[in-house]
Amino acid sequence: MEPSLASYLALSGILFTIGAVGVTFKRNAIGMFMCIELMLNAVNLTFVAFARYYGDVTGQLFVFMVMSVAAAEAAVGLGIIIAFFRNKESVDVDDASLMRN
Amino acid sequence: MESVLKTAFPFIVVAVGIGAAFGGVMMIVAYTVLAERKVLGWIQGRIGPNRAGPWGLFQPFADLLKFIFKEDLTPDKSTKVVYFLAPLVALTCALMPMVVYPFGPAITTVDWSFLPWGLGEGYHVLPLTIGQIDVGVLFVLGITSVGVYGIALAGWSSNSKYSLMGGLRSSAQMISYELAMGASVIGVVMLAGTLDLNGIIFAQIRSPFKWFIIPQVIGFFVFLISAFAETNRVPFDLPEAETELVAGFHTEYSALKFALFFMAEYVNMFTVSVMCTVLFLGGWYIPGLGHIFEPGSIPYAVASMVGFVAKICAFLFLYIWVRGTLPRFRFDQLMNFGWKFLLPVALGNVLLTIIVVFFLNR
Amino acid sequence: MATTVLFFIFAGIAIACAVSTVYQRNPLYSAISLVGVFLSLSGIYVTLAAPFIAAVQVLIYAGAIMVLVVFVIMLLNFDDEPGRNRLKYLYVMGIGLGVLLLGQTFYIYSAVMRVPNVAIEQTKTAGKTLSIGQGMYTEYLLPVEIVGIMLLMAIIGAVILVRRLNQPQLELVVENELEDERLEEGMLN
Repeated sequence: MEPSLASYLALSGILFTIGAVGVTFKRNAIGMFMCIELMLNAVNLTFVAFARYYGDVTGQLFVFMVMSVAAAEAAVGLGIIIAFFRNKESVDVDDASLMRN
Repeated sequence: MESVLKTAFPFIVVAVGIGAAFGGVMMIVAYTVLAERKVLGWIQGRIGPNRAGPWGLFQPFADLLKFIFKEDLTPDKSTKVVYFLAPLVALTCALMPMVVYPFGPAITTVDWSFLPWGLGEGYHVLPLTIGQIDVGVLFVLGITSVGVYGIALAGWSSNSKYSLMGGLRSSAQMISYELAMGASVIGVVMLAGTLDLNGIIFAQIRSPFKWFIIPQVIGFFVFLISAFAETNRVPFDLPEAETELVAGFHTEYSALKFALFFMAEYVNMFTVSVMCTVLFLGGWYIPGLGHIFEPGSIPYAVASMVGFVAKICAFLFLYIWVRGTLPRFRFDQLMNFGWKFLLPVALGNVLLTIIVVFFLNR
Repeated sequence: MATTVLFFIFAGIAIACAVSTVYQRNPLYSAISLVGVFLSLSGIYVTLAAPFIAAVQVLIYAGAIMVLVVFVIMLLNFDDEPGRNRLKYLYVMGIGLGVLLLGQTFYIYSAVMRVPNVAIEQTKTAGKTLSIGQGMYTEYLLPVEIVGIMLLMAIIGAVILVRRLNQPQLELVVENELEDERLEEGMLN
């Protein structure tokens, strides 16, 4: 007996929800970044599950693309965080509201 | 009872295999430590340890006992959970690649008839690998890259500036040299057309060169140098540079926790030696051995395994030799060497291999 | 049977680690929890007959991206997350979003459960490295090329973001800009 496709989708949905809620709750930029990675991974799981249940390798290829995007995002995102920390001595996104007041 | 045993039989075989492999690897690792002290002694005109047992042969066990009985200190303001977790992560990640090591050729003439109840019926092939994973090379690279956490977390959780500096240096170093290491493997994978370690060995047997070190000599040297850096060995042992950082990431560790780090370092040395042997020196394959013993028989497998271990020991000796010979890099030199020399050379090797393979396959 | 057991073990670890990622105040604890999520997802990929993706998941997410994150956390060494958000309405929004997404998940679950989805017989090649490589370099060549260019852009962007100019370099930049202005003025006149 194998777990059904629905259970994989449910797991993915739960992980995505946790990630999305985390992005709104977190204050520091690195925490938000990690929650976004969590959401990307949840989506990857659906891709692989569909690839398994429809016998098509395309889903796995898409996971590969998503991973590349995540790697690029990590490089640029962490670069921005470091540059921000140098200017403000903080990684709190609330401090990044220069244009606001 | 009988049917249960019959179902469990493959698992029992695998469990025995894991036990044998673990024991063998740990014995080799223990005696690497002794060999290191002996060889370093000879290089420096000393005798080396010679008190415990004849020629100091029981020294590893004496060391282990000492580690067990030492007082286990925990820094006052350390982050306790992470502090305990770090050595475990380091050793686990060092031991995990053992699963895919190709210790020898599969024995095809295995005979289980001595077992009661006809247990071994239907199992004629005994692969000398714990698990056949389709992506063995990626598995080893992935697990060893997770091993960085052990060092980084140890440095962070000790709440000491020497540890933190050591942890930071080691993570930077390992991230940098992983790239060159991965790029140097690509050439071999392209020639072999597979990521399976056993498959790579068979590809080498089929190829006219027999060993991939001949067509991939650039890749071999890049791999070897980045392997030294990945395992934090001299001349790249910046994370534990004594004169600057006391002992680097494990400054605050003592007793068994330190022993775990120590073992992890030597198991990592063993791992990269295995990878070097399998990728570039034909693994367990000894040219011409097939004429003496019949391939697939037990003597052939045993001789191949001995050859495999001998090649690994040659690499381990190289490690010790280099440690006794070369001075340490400076940190900026290390980074410049990794990014500005090794990585371009490895990528150039990939490009060259692509061109050659393309024209050979036309 | 074994697959189901493994799935539930890994799913449990993944959800627990994900909750811990969001719950922990200390960013390093968050990062360690997230590594746990990645490793357990990698285990699930193995049970889904995708060993290549599983290995790449460990290699890229756990071995590269999260090491970078841990490195940055250690390097910046900032304090724990203080107190609460200044924007209170974010909490309401977050909870609303969570309820909405969970409802959606439940809807999808019940909808997919109604349709019988039997995993097709595992073929020899699907999920193996060879088929992925063939797909990448034949049918999906253009996306792969685009991803390559995107990675190059990310490298350049990251280098430019974090470089720190010293005094002579800064003067050089200012001089160049002045030069450009002068040229523009010359062209206008």
